[in-house]
Amino acid sequence: MSRARSSPWRSVAAHAALITYTAIALFPVIVIVINSFKTRQAIFRSPLSLPDAETFSLVGYQTVMTQGDFFLYFQNSLIVTVASLFFVLLFGAMAAFALAEYRFRGNPLMGLYLALGIMIPIRLGTVAILQLMVASGLVNTLTALILVYTAQGLPLAVFILSEFMKQVSEDLKNAGRIDGLSEYRIFFRLVLPLVRPAMATVGVFTMIPIWNDLWFPLILAPAEATKTITLGAQIFLGQFVTNWNAVLSALSLAILPVLILYLIFSRQLIRGITAGAVK
Amino acid sequence: MIYRKALMLLAATSILAGTAGLAAAQDVTLTIESWRNDDLAIWQEQLIPAFEAQNPGIKVVFSPSAPTEYNAALNAKLDAGSAGDLITCRPFDASLELYNKSQLADLTDLPGMENFSDVAKSAWQTDDGSATFCVPMASVIHGFIYNKDAFEELGLQVPQTEDEFFAVLDKIKEDGNYIPLAMGTKDLWEAATMGYQNIGPNYWKGEEGRLALIKGEQKLTDPQWVDPFTTLARWKDYLGDGFEAQTYPDSQNLFTLGRAAIYPAGSWEISVFNTQVEFEMGAFPPPVKAAGDTCYISDHTDIGIGLNAKSPNAEAARTFLTWVASDEFAKIYANALPGFFSLSSQPVEMEDPLAREFVSWREKCEPTIRSTYQILSRGTPNLENETWTASANVINGTETPEAAAERLQEGLTSWYEPQQGN
Amino acid sequence: MTVQPASKKPIRWHIAVFLAPALLVYTVVMILPLFGTLQLSLFRGTPEAQVFVGLENFRTLLGDPRWSASFWNALWNNVWFFIIHMAVQNPIGILLAALLSNPRLRLRGFYRTAIFVPTILSFVIVGFVWKLILSPIWGVAPSLLDLVGLKSLFAPWLGKEEYALTTLGLISVWQFVGIPMMLIYAALLAIPDEILEAAEYDGITGMAQFWKIKLPLILPSIGIISVLTFVGNFNAFDLIYSSQGAMAGPNFSTDILGTFLYRTFFGFQLQIGDPNMGATIASMMFFIILAGVCLYLFGIQTRLRRYQF
Repeated sequence: MSRARSSPWRSVAAHAALITYTAIALFPVIVIVINSFKTRQAIFRSPLSLPDAETFSLVGYQTVMTQGDFFLYFQNSLIVTVASLFFVLLFGAMAAFALAEYRFRGNPLMGLYLALGIMIPIRLGTVAILQLMVASGLVNTLTALILVYTAQGLPLAVFILSEFMKQVSEDLKNAGRIDGLSEYRIFFRLVLPLVRPAMATVGVFTMIPIWNDLWFPLILAPAEATKTITLGAQIFLGQFVTNWNAVLSALSLAILPVLILYLIFSRQLIRGITAGAVK
Repeated sequence: MIYRKALMLLAATSILAGTAGLAAAQDVTLTIESWRNDDLAIWQEQLIPAFEAQNPGIKVVFSPSAPTEYNAALNAKLDAGSAGDLITCRPFDASLELYNKSQLADLTDLPGMENFSDVAKSAWQTDDGSATFCVPMASVIHGFIYNKDAFEELGLQVPQTEDEFFAVLDKIKEDGNYIPLAMGTKDLWEAATMGYQNIGPNYWKGEEGRLALIKGEQKLTDPQWVDPFTTLARWKDYLGDGFEAQTYPDSQNLFTLGRAAIYPAGSWEISVFNTQVEFEMGAFPPPVKAAGDTCYISDHTDIGIGLNAKSPNAEAARTFLTWVASDEFAKIYANALPGFFSLSSQPVEMEDPLAREFVSWREKCEPTIRSTYQILSRGTPNLENETWTASANVINGTETPEAAAERLQEGLTSWYEPQQGN
Repeated sequence: MTVQPASKKPIRWHIAVFLAPALLVYTVVMILPLFGTLQLSLFRGTPEAQVFVGLENFRTLLGDPRWSASFWNALWNNVWFFIIHMAVQNPIGILLAALLSNPRLRLRGFYRTAIFVPTILSFVIVGFVWKLILSPIWGVAPSLLDLVGLKSLFAPWLGKEEYALTTLGLISVWQFVGIPMMLIYAALLAIPDEILEAAEYDGITGMAQFWKIKLPLILPSIGIISVLTFVGNFNAFDLIYSSQGAMAGPNFSTDILGTFLYRTFFGFQLQIGDPNMGATIASMMFFIILAGVCLYLFGIQTRLRRYQF
């Protein structure tokens, strides 16, 4: 891609690279989904072919549907993820603003303290966290999960957001102060809208591990009524591990909702990112 | 948000109501912790209704987690006090540790315990045998399951001796239509459990060798402990392509889809295979060295059930455990799950032909349990886990049998006193 | 930096208000439980009778060959895991972002969305899916290679000591490449058009423009990505666990600090959990990551110029 080449060539090369990578990214997902619609023998005989009249089968989906309440699991995951995300973004942005904006004694120390959490897997505190939840009667509630995920997401959110908040122009904030805006208004009205791209990024970062976590649902909320989709899928996989129809159907069902959610969310995400850039 | 919460509560209550039926307020609900998520349907449809019908006022919920997470999750819940009333017990040290930490209750005088022999109870007793803390549920037997149709097609006889075994493997390989042995090394434990512990007892003479190792009279570098590795190393040529990345479910599928002829097995496979194969299955015990030798089989006490010492429903839980110790439970369990053999002293009538084949070996062969389970896996490095890696290495050809044995012995000597003496 | 006007006020309650919710939740639910665990590394004994032993556990971990061999093996594997990410994931992420940031490119919304898809999948799914695809039994990978006539190249990668960790590293790259891509993409879009126009006016276009103008401007983002990758990799656990199990086979060739810690702390199968040694390993991980992050914060970040637009 040297400068000498003409623009159409560059464009073709760019498309070629992007299409190749897109294929790599999507291939595994596609293989799973198409095979989930085939008979067991066909899955093994020709994994790469599309289902046809002879090999089409929904037996896997039937098995999944009769086992476990995937709709409820999905709803639990959604509640936990959305609530945790909200608290992480709100509390995280507030703390990041304090760290990025004000000079006060102990500021660097506070920054380091809040960053500590990125360095140790929270899984280690499991027993103490569980004791805390038992003592406060929160075992087998979604609140327990939301609390843990909020705490878990905060360090990274503060770390990234404070980095971005330092880039917000001083002049703008000072102009706001001269106009008599309170510090809270400066934060909510001036700064937050400007760091929207960063918020969207942090949002995605925070959302993924929460949605996909297996450990805390298993320990803190394993009851049928509070099972998350990841835990449900894992238990299902363990139970039907040799029944590939069921396994592939369960995987497809676990992938599709997140995919749809992401497709809806990604427009917001990109809009957030580009809005910040266009100013 | 509030609307969603309300919805969720509604869903939660409806589910609770669903599992508890029309339970009255004073009913006791017992929760069973287990790693047997495969058995969920059997508990829900057969065992629990049978118990609840006789014991109005006691409700039981079976709450399994994946086998790989079971120990860690259970320990965390026990430490924090949120574990269920009834605990499914792994054999030997894992459960002994829970008893020593006072997390499992003493069940020595539980009515019904007299239905079990000392051997059956030994997996869930203190070293001196003075206290029993779990009700024995079942044992599993190792051997080989084979595709009868394939054997007939190729005109093969069931092998009695090791030479015959390898001759059969050679013939299957020559024919080329079947993979001779369905086993992989990716998941490690297959190699150790279905390989080393399966064929090993014939070499170390079952209990004789196992106890001698515990007493420090034999070493893992002695021929009777190295030779099983040497034999395992020969299996390599008869496994499927890419066996290094073949997982346990892969092996199961290879066999049940009819692509492999022989499956080094544990009897627990029977119930899974029954629903999936479209050919007739047979089974044979691990072949002996020379015709007429005494045969030894691994008849391993695998699963028991105990009482959470902090359970608020101890009374009801004991009632349940007494029922688990009864004939009735043994009969339902053994027939619902062919391949999990009752440990009760009274013989249990089983219908599944393959399960009957397995259990018939108890009469002609000397039973033993897996060599690494009692006492020898108490230290660091852990002998059982090391044996997994060693068995896989030996089959993969990345470590010689001698080197593997040497390494295991060195690890054991480093912490186990009786092995340090000589 | 200009003088902060806020510093003139005597007590600035708003700082406390901004910090309080985060501090409270974070301290109670995360820091206290974690330090409750880490302090176990200084003790030994049964849960009822813990005896203070100072740094004895660390001496065991680093000095006793039974422990130190596993530790160094896990640490080295972890370093290799990190190297793969730095050498493969981040360059690919930057390349993809650079290609996508071209405003004239068609279909960029589609590419952007598609490439990020693996990142939203759970480890349970990713581990399982790749195990299936690379399975020698199911044969998706062998038959794909057959299509391009390279079937002989197929090996049971996840089962071979020499390839397993690298394969898993690449799977992890596959899963997470969307993150650097998105961050760099955002940073590239944030570069003001005036700067690029000025560069074009000076005749700096194409690759030269990327190297001379854009790259220096996105260096802070690359810095953040590197440190996030570092922290993520040294905390990694789930992918290895879900595809290779807690024993991280074959022959511990895929054992990283996370799996080593899990086995030790919680126990596995017959191995009984050892909270004291587990906490010792956790503390070592903590120190390693702390050292890396401090190196970044004080050594690298301060030297990166920050641009305010």
